[in-house]
Amino acid sequence: MTRSGLFGEKGVTTSFAGFSNYAAALGDANFIASIGRMFLFGIVQVPVMLIFCTVLALLLESASAKWPGFFRAAYFLPYGVPGVIATILWSFLYVPGLSPLFDVAKVVGFTPDFLGSGSVLWSIANIVTWSYTGYNMLIIVAQLKSIPVEIYEAAKVDGASPLRVATSIQLPLIRPALLLTAVFSIIGTLQLFAEAQVLQKVAPAVDSQYTPNLSAYTTAFAYNDYNVAAAQAVLIALVAFALSVVFLKVTNRKQS
Amino acid sequence: MTRTTVAVERPTREGRAVAKSVTRAAKSAGVDRSAGRRRTSTIIVTGILVVVAIYFLVPVYWVIVAATKTSQDLFGTFGFWFSPHFVLWSNLHDVLTYDGGIFLRWLGNSAIYAGLGGIIATYLAAAGGYALAKYEFKGRNLVFGTILGGVLVPGTATALPLFLLFSQLHLANTYWSVLIPSIVSPFGLFLCRIYAQATVETSLMEAARLDGASELRIFHTLGLRIMAPALVTVFLFQLVGIWNNYFLPLVMLSDPNKFPVTLGLNNWLSQVDRLPEFYQLTTGGVLLSIIPLGIAMIVLQRFWRGGLTEGSVK
Repeated sequence: MTRSGLFGEKGVTTSFAGFSNYAAALGDANFIASIGRMFLFGIVQVPVMLIFCTVLALLLESASAKWPGFFRAAYFLPYGVPGVIATILWSFLYVPGLSPLFDVAKVVGFTPDFLGSGSVLWSIANIVTWSYTGYNMLIIVAQLKSIPVEIYEAAKVDGASPLRVATSIQLPLIRPALLLTAVFSIIGTLQLFAEAQVLQKVAPAVDSQYTPNLSAYTTAFAYNDYNVAAAQAVLIALVAFALSVVFLKVTNRKQS
Repeated sequence: MTRTTVAVERPTREGRAVAKSVTRAAKSAGVDRSAGRRRTSTIIVTGILVVVAIYFLVPVYWVIVAATKTSQDLFGTFGFWFSPHFVLWSNLHDVLTYDGGIFLRWLGNSAIYAGLGGIIATYLAAAGGYALAKYEFKGRNLVFGTILGGVLVPGTATALPLFLLFSQLHLANTYWSVLIPSIVSPFGLFLCRIYAQATVETSLMEAARLDGASELRIFHTLGLRIMAPALVTVFLFQLVGIWNNYFLPLVMLSDPNKFPVTLGLNNWLSQVDRLPEFYQLTTGGVLLSIIPLGIAMIVLQRFWRGGLTEGSVK
């Protein structure tokens, strides 16, 4: 796994470095800070996105929605835009002078700062929400469509309001889909890379170790410390794995 | 209404029954009112959906407008509306011809990585899922457990170790370095196993065996055909996953001729500070690169829906 790369006459010899690379990774305050930043990000962004996409799915599947096909396609479209390209697009919209959003905001009489040290994390959250809400919404719509019609009819006979149908029939029944999307979102949050790396060019607040993956990338290719970077990659995977398992355990316990 | 009059005409009935029929009458009167209410709720719901649609479409609309402008107008005119100088065609011409048409090469590379990678990944996932679902062998659960673990390990976490491995094999900075990691899909295998278990009948396989068909032939003629709906989903997942992937090619490739379009456009963007004409190239390139997958998303939406249910209803 770890390699100390001594070049001898017999080529490369690799010696086992024990856990020193892991210790180096864990001792890097910036790396730990980036994981903390992703926790903050995930605690806010994942619930917001899941509530957003659930509400959209329920509205689209309600009888009151017009042109559901068009809206579904419009919401799903961003999923086909690669994260880098989505970030390039939004970064143009975040930069003063280029972005029409500033002209619009001026009319209302306020000057936004999308790229400041306090706000840039949420500007990234906006890009991620933009990219993945439609995809998660489709998973939930698929689950909603699998609810048998009889259940809806029974609810209608009982005189249940649409809100009541949503809270006591649809929400409990789409639970598996919500869990699936939640786990994927948690894993995705820890993997954040392209958004931060691209925004680095326009936002000085985004440093070279802003997210765990960016930190590993910088360690590998800017500091040429491949072994510590590999240790960081393994740690990211372990944290993602542990978080998903804990999340599934907790939600399963609640169910029983 | 008639019900109430009936109830009133027959007071012999118990009071409870009268109360019941009165509520019923009230309900039927309520239907007329709820028709009006339904119209209001349609307007409200559709209004919300329109606002949300604007949010999702604004960046795309902006890039369409921006791609029609000169560099000066890009900064000097209102971003959400077209400027008097409509230069879309010359902008796109620049994008396609810059540096000997490297943009088309990037698009082609993306198509190779995503298309070829997606097809091979789907075939391997189908074979693996089918084998795990239909054959009993030692260590089957261990293999499946390992693959399930693989679903939870993020792709970016394996990219760096893979790079170290590939550079030792002298495969870094080749097409293989992006293609080989792209042809495995643990999630696809997982979906295929569930689907094969539910749809491929063991009795059908037995019948084919009696007819003298080899196991490989049974898989290719029976298995693949029965599993086709799940395979479409797996292929789409993998296609979009590879097309959108950025970290792996970024780590593996240094030769711009092998870049996929994501890496190439970012390369252009990083030059805008020195050369403002790259703004035009980048916006034009972004517009061209979201067209193919944007169309694919809308056309193939139906398949996503169909296949995803397979996975989420475990």
